[in-house]
Amino acid sequence: MKKLKYALFTGCTAKQSTPEQMMSTMAVAKKLNIELIELTEASCCGASHLQDYDDFLSLVLNARNIAYAEKHGLTMVTICNTCQLNTAMTKHRLDKNPELKAKVNDKLAEVGLEYKGTSNVIHFLYAIIDDFGLDKIKEMVVKPLSQFNIAPFYGCHNIRPSELHDESHKQKENPYNPTSLDDLIIACGGKNVDYEEKNKCCGFHVELQAPHTAAVLTGTAIAGATDNNADMMVTPCPLCHLKLDTQTKSASEAIGREVSLPVLHMQQMIGLALGCSAAELGLKHHVTEINFI
Amino acid sequence: MSTDKISTQKVNFKVFRFNADEDYLPYYENYTMDITSEEVVLDVLNRIKWDYDGSFSYRRSCRHGICGACAIKVNGRSTLACKESMSTMIEYFGNEITLEPLSTKRAIKDMIIDKGDFWEKHAAVTPYLVADIDESPACENLVSPHDSEELDEADLCIQCGACHYACPVVEINSDFFGPAAFVAAYRFESDVRDSDKQRLINVNEEKQGVWDCVKCIECTEVCPKGINPFSKITKLHQMAFKKGVAKSNVATRHAVGFLHSIKRNGVLDEGGLVLYSEGVHIVKHIPVALQMFRKGKIVLPWNIVKSDNLDEIQKLIKSSSTVKF
Ligand code: SF4
Ligand code: SF4
Ligand code: FES
Repeated sequence: MKKLKYALFTGCTAKQSTPEQMMSTMAVAKKLNIELIELTEASCCGASHLQDYDDFLSLVLNARNIAYAEKHGLTMVTICNTCQLNTAMTKHRLDKNPELKAKVNDKLAEVGLEYKGTSNVIHFLYAIIDDFGLDKIKEMVVKPLSQFNIAPFYGCHNIRPSELHDESHKQKENPYNPTSLDDLIIACGGKNVDYEEKNKCCGFHVELQAPHTAAVLTGTAIAGATDNNADMMVTPCPLCHLKLDTQTKSASEAIGREVSLPVLHMQQMIGLALGCSAAELGLKHHVTEINFI
Repeated sequence: MSTDKISTQKVNFKVFRFNADEDYLPYYENYTMDITSEEVVLDVLNRIKWDYDGSFSYRRSCRHGICGACAIKVNGRSTLACKESMSTMIEYFGNEITLEPLSTKRAIKDMIIDKGDFWEKHAAVTPYLVADIDESPACENLVSPHDSEELDEADLCIQCGACHYACPVVEINSDFFGPAAFVAAYRFESDVRDSDKQRLINVNEEKQGVWDCVKCIECTEVCPKGINPFSKITKLHQMAFKKGVAKSNVATRHAVGFLHSIKRNGVLDEGGLVLYSEGVHIVKHIPVALQMFRKGKIVLPWNIVKSDNLDEIQKLIKSSSTVKF
């Protein structure tokens, strides 16, 4: 198989509050012989909040990020659902609207860049599923996660709006019955847990302005996984991870029940199955301890 | 006319039943039927009533996706029964299908719910044009094609409630107006003829307004009319800044804080953003922050790795910013 190569848009979280996500991404890419060229010039995607303030500016900044991936002639890979949404949304809007694209390019020209629309933007989860292939992952598993019930937590911005999702991914996901993470869990030898909240919101984006709403959503999600015998949760989104991993106290208070489950990044789960060490995967960086692996 | 052959398959339906006048608790009734690829969800509701139980109740009127009466939930997904084909539902969920009202806790009889909260919230956003009318105008009050495009399909809403009862915040926070009310608010806020001063302020108030939306995009996913309520919510956020009605609070500072971080570092300064948004209230985050710090999850401001070519980002912010706060 030809070596896979992508431009990596790390987003901000992987460099700050989820260092283990960056570590495990690199460890897994190395195991799978995937080359990732980090876009060190990239700015924050605005995380769906800058967009609420200044739409045009957010388009220009996201288009600049994609322009750097285009300079490498590579598909951009994201490792955060919200980065994926905002970057893919920018691409969608510019590709559909030549007038807007020209306006944005007028600005980019000031710094010698151009957004062409030649690079696709996909989440690492779908790069692995669509381009690498689950069958190959299965063949490479050295430590099957067979003793674990693993609850997938998809995260809104990877599966909704499905219109955007369908543009980026070859294997379409049904937002009401997504399967990609479940399939990945099975490929890693684990047992996938089905539960109602797997495609629901974790509440991350209103943690500051509506803490009660956010805490109820987090609590309900962890409780749903727990009630279906999950030993742990796994997510492709570092923001969901942060919410589910670090906010269990407020979540427990909000739903009136003690809840807490280890929450792995998707990359950490793959890494474990492929035989990476706990240190390589940064397992010590979790607030909800993972001491049984 | 479709030339595809009509196919049939057996489907098990688990159907929510409840009569508020007689039942203490709701229960589920099972029906197994042969479903043809031509049928829509409403056909199934009709067949339950006609073939199995005449007391089974649901709302429908137009059967053309325009009255909004027939919305129910199929396997948890808000759906317009007369528009949604059973083939799609079977493709989505397989042959075990659960039919429930849009909100089980608001059920009156079977699929019929009390939509009172929906209409109250609809009314609360002044869902009509506010304008001084010249009773004897010299000519028609024309709206240019460009200006009418600004409505962005918001006037196509049929008030079916599918988005409202799919919204997780509506379930948790009873003050929250919900996506359909925001669509209505946007419909008139974006109309050049409208002169209401209060509507945008109302939909920006905390707890009830657009800042409490969790950005889950469920509303956009379920809307049978392709209205994209989430994009209207984003536009209402933007309008609040542009029209100068955005108050300085945690939510608005959170949005603006991104700009400050990006200007300084290219990337976000996560801790700095929380400080900027919360002000002195940041103290309430200290316990969680300490836990995170112990786990190496907090990078101090001087250790943040800035974006390469930061000068480009700063130049673009200077030349492309369109809003001031
Ligand atoms: S995006 Fe906002 S309004 Fe729409 S369903 Fe989610 S929380 Fe509700
Ligand atoms: S926005 Fe769409 S889903 Fe919501 S009430 Fe209107 S038509 Fe129904
Ligand atoms: S019956 Fe009117 S929308 Fe379905």
